Amino acid sequence: MDRSDSEKTDVLPMFKQEYGRYGRQMLVPEFGISGQLDLRSKRILVVGAGGLGSPAIQYLAGAGIGHITIIDDDTVEESNLHRQTIHAGNVNVPKSESAAEFVGKLNPCISVTPMVVRLSPSNSFSVFEGHDLVLDCTDGPAVRYLINDTAVLSGIPVVSASALKTEGQLSIYNYNGGPCYRCLFPIPPPADAVQTCGDGGIMGPVVGMMGMSQAMEAIKLLTGVYSESFTPFLMLYSAYNFPPWKSVKVRKRQKTCAACGDVPRISRQLIETGQVDYSEFCGSPSQVLLGEEHRITPEEYSKIVSTKHILLDVRERPQFDITSFPRSINIPWSELKHKEELDVQVDGSPVYVVCRYGNDSQNAVDKLQKLGIPSKDIKGGLYAWAKNVDEKFPIY
Amino acid sequence: MQITVEFSGGLETAFDGNKKHVLDVPEGSSVNWLLHHMVETLMPDHKREEGKNIFLQDESVRPGVLVLINDSDWELEGEDQYILQPRDVIIFASTLHGG
Repeated sequence: MDRSDSEKTDVLPMFKQEYGRYGRQMLVPEFGISGQLDLRSKRILVVGAGGLGSPAIQYLAGAGIGHITIIDDDTVEESNLHRQTIHAGNVNVPKSESAAEFVGKLNPCISVTPMVVRLSPSNSFSVFEGHDLVLDCTDGPAVRYLINDTAVLSGIPVVSASALKTEGQLSIYNYNGGPCYRCLFPIPPPADAVQTCGDGGIMGPVVGMMGMSQAMEAIKLLTGVYSESFTPFLMLYSAYNFPPWKSVKVRKRQKTCAACGDVPRISRQLIETGQVDYSEFCGSPSQVLLGEEHRITPEEYSKIVSTKHILLDVRERPQFDITSFPRSINIPWSELKHKEELDVQVDGSPVYVVCRYGNDSQNAVDKLQKLGIPSKDIKGGLYAWAKNVDEKFPIY
Repeated sequence: MQITVEFSGGLETAFDGNKKHVLDVPEGSSVNWLLHHMVETLMPDHKREEGKNIFLQDESVRPGVLVLINDSDWELEGEDQYILQPRDVIIFASTLHGG
């Protein structure tokens, strides 16, 4: 080694191994070695290691973010794996630990901390502390408001995404004059209008695309792409539309915002003492709760299953197509609730109503009562049937 | 004059299920007028009561729905007082929360 080489080695800003590992992205002019050194010095917090978090974490780890903290208190279920491929072979393992295991295997040059806890108003500020950026990879409005408020009060930007069925959305909040989540959505949507991936369904690559886009936006933000001028935007993805991508301009920071406005009404103290009630703020879906006389257990139903009766299945059509009882009649709750009469010949037979988990079936029995048709709901739905009576019945 | 109305994020279920509609509207109509016009003309009769609640609240769009006028947040365009122009594209995007 001649003199000039050894001098250079003494002042290398990265380990030699990292040059090889990150070479392909350092070749990209928009990124370069300065981008690499930026990422190397940054700490990211990923809230949620599910459909969005899994791909985001994979690509952020690959890109060489200095430190990644992953917080999620959930464990891996088989129904996650079509989209959360980071968790291969890890059913029943806590998601944050499973994801951290992947990060350790993929890139030993960075550090990772898994946290098997739920983000809550009492821990959010200490969890956020010391991070340059937060990725909101969660799945409900209440936690999204908590992440927003904590990020605003901690001065940390958020790259936020969401997905359902065939569509996804992505935005950057609390950054460079742009809005926070509350600027765009000062009031949460009615709880009945909110669907989860477990109810509405989700295509794996749709949520994967959104998580990966979060990783790309995180890299851009952390390497200063938006530091001089930032036009707040919302990215919309719709897999079955043409063209599938659209990016729209959204409002700037709102002076009247409760979190980031000129006179904020939300403070760390109000959050930590539980005075900002996130679950109450976002509400819960309306649900009829029937008296026992209108209900029957799956075990009781199994005894009368061969007697003459009508079984009404009120799940949506795609669910009914997946699996159903022989001779059951499908009228989805979303249609039944608008009906003024039932186009089914009841002629004195007892009517039983079933759904997936036993919620909509109670709404349906209540509705049938109003149409003058007495009926009973099967408690706990097909899920309870499969668990308590017929273990061969497929649940999804 | 003709304008296009599009739904994103599942809001089309409050209407007839179609994501895109081309509408004939009188010149000088505001977005506020359009909201009520949509309830009256694009919602099937039997769904109107519930559909209206999914779409509107206190005579404006309900919380959680962003209105985009030609790919721009309506907050930047005068909100519901914006006067529709020929060939405008108005998108009603319902926020998603899954992930």
